[in-house]
Amino acid sequence: MRFMVIVKATKDSEAGVMPTEELLTAMTKYNEDLAKAGIMLAGEGLHPSSKGVRVRFSGEKREIIDGPFAETKELIAGYWIWQVRSREEAIEWVKRCPNPMPGDSEIEIRQIFDADDFGAEFTPELREREERLVQQMEANKKK
Amino acid sequence: MQAPETAPETHAAIDAVWRIESAKLIGALVRIVRDISLAEELAQDALVAALQQWPAEGIPRNPGAWLMQAAKHRAIDHFRHRQRAERKHEQVAYELEAEQDRAPDFDTALDDDVGDDVLRLMFTACHPVLSADARVALTLRLLGGLTTDEIARAYLVPEPTIAQRIVRAKKAIARARVPFEVPRGADRAARLASVLEVIYLVFNEGYSATAGDDWMRPQLCEDAMRLGRVLAGLAPGESEVHGLVALMELQASRIRARVSRTGEPILLLDQDRSRWDQLLIHHGLAALTRAQQLDGAHGPYALQGAIAACHARARTAADTDWARIAALYAELSRVMPSPVVELNRAVAIAMAGDPAAGLEIVDAIADHPTMREYPHWASARADLLARLGRRDEARAAFERAAALTRNARDRDVLLARAKEQDSTAP
Repeated sequence: MRFMVIVKATKDSEAGVMPTEELLTAMTKYNEDLAKAGIMLAGEGLHPSSKGVRVRFSGEKREIIDGPFAETKELIAGYWIWQVRSREEAIEWVKRCPNPMPGDSEIEIRQIFDADDFGAEFTPELREREERLVQQMEANKKK
Repeated sequence: MQAPETAPETHAAIDAVWRIESAKLIGALVRIVRDISLAEELAQDALVAALQQWPAEGIPRNPGAWLMQAAKHRAIDHFRHRQRAERKHEQVAYELEAEQDRAPDFDTALDDDVGDDVLRLMFTACHPVLSADARVALTLRLLGGLTTDEIARAYLVPEPTIAQRIVRAKKAIARARVPFEVPRGADRAARLASVLEVIYLVFNEGYSATAGDDWMRPQLCEDAMRLGRVLAGLAPGESEVHGLVALMELQASRIRARVSRTGEPILLLDQDRSRWDQLLIHHGLAALTRAQQLDGAHGPYALQGAIAACHARARTAADTDWARIAALYAELSRVMPSPVVELNRAVAIAMAGDPAAGLEIVDAIADHPTMREYPHWASARADLLARLGRRDEARAAFERAAALTRNARDRDVLLARAKEQDSTAP
């Protein structure tokens, strides 16, 4: 199963304060650990919301609202996408993350709707064991 | 003092810690005690200690180091309590104690050699002295951190069967005196091929999903991809590892699109490509590039990955570069000769616009024993004949394919196509 692991923004990140070299080093090491564990599918940092924009919908109307946005704690400073076996495993990995911000910060873990939701429909007699290669050929038969 | 209502939660957390730490832990222990069975026992003992202590005391800040320390304590006890301690055991106990005194900082002790230990463990668990089944079970258990029960459920066999298979595998490794090391020199390529084979077998077990309706089976695809990525991190210079990761990720990118709501398989060219997983495609293509940059474009996994990449890159089925696919199959046929590869090459050539050349290849492998009763061979031949307008032969061939297949849905499709040969006017 997949999780989006969201690093919440802080006053500093919103102000565009860059992380210290020490933190960068620790984060690099952590990212390496995630990659070596085979769980990291993606991960990026985001610019402050001052460079962001929102589109507000109201019925048929669309309104453009430029950043920055006020509610700092609800904003996002970065994210990862992980493939792990359980929610608990995601928690364990987050606990090992260096504090991503100077001072207090928060990381939120959210499960991604995934092919796991294929559960029931994935399996029923999906056909006999056969070489993967042959499937392409099968496909060709149709046309 | 104890908070029973949080206990199940802690147990789930301990499971997660185990999943993350067990391979490193067991790898380090095998290096120290030189015995897989004993190492696993010690690791299990440490896990039991964690299950007893953590629910009350909380999970330690560095759970991996905690488990390692607990296991080392058990190891020291174990060697001390052996009545007739041979010199070797005395020595091990002595070294362990020395290390204990010297370094409360197990963190670094653990970090130092950890990658190597896990890689050694992987090569050992996949040693060719074991049958493929045994290698798979041992790898999932030691490297994947799966319980025996989880493996049994994934493979739809009774738990004791897997437990026994693992016990026997460990004994066979001890009997063969397999050294705990990363093989070098001429041996390395063959041993690596054995590791890759095991990972791909696990993947295919999940991908084929032959029977049963347990969620564990698709989970096997994720386990295999994870093992592949771990191996790629440990042996980054091996092009075929990246080739295998690419192949698995590109195939897995299509999982969502492979089955209809009602459970019927959807063939590749009929799949809704918007349902393909772009993140996995992106990952898989990057892995393929790495394999090719390492001069590994001609390895069997990298070639199969490159074929999968042709499909991944095509925006619509009609955009598929069949000429390129045919050329890749030709190369694959050279490095991994097999009638199945030839059959696929034939189809690709036909798709690229030359059904007559395709038919020639199909007929050339007709006498191969694996093709004679192979429904896909018969149906591919029937299809090529139909394309060439040789209707009577096509009808007979479709009927033969229908008689060979064991899949009821396939049979219906094939019989319908046989009938078509009578009715469709040119």
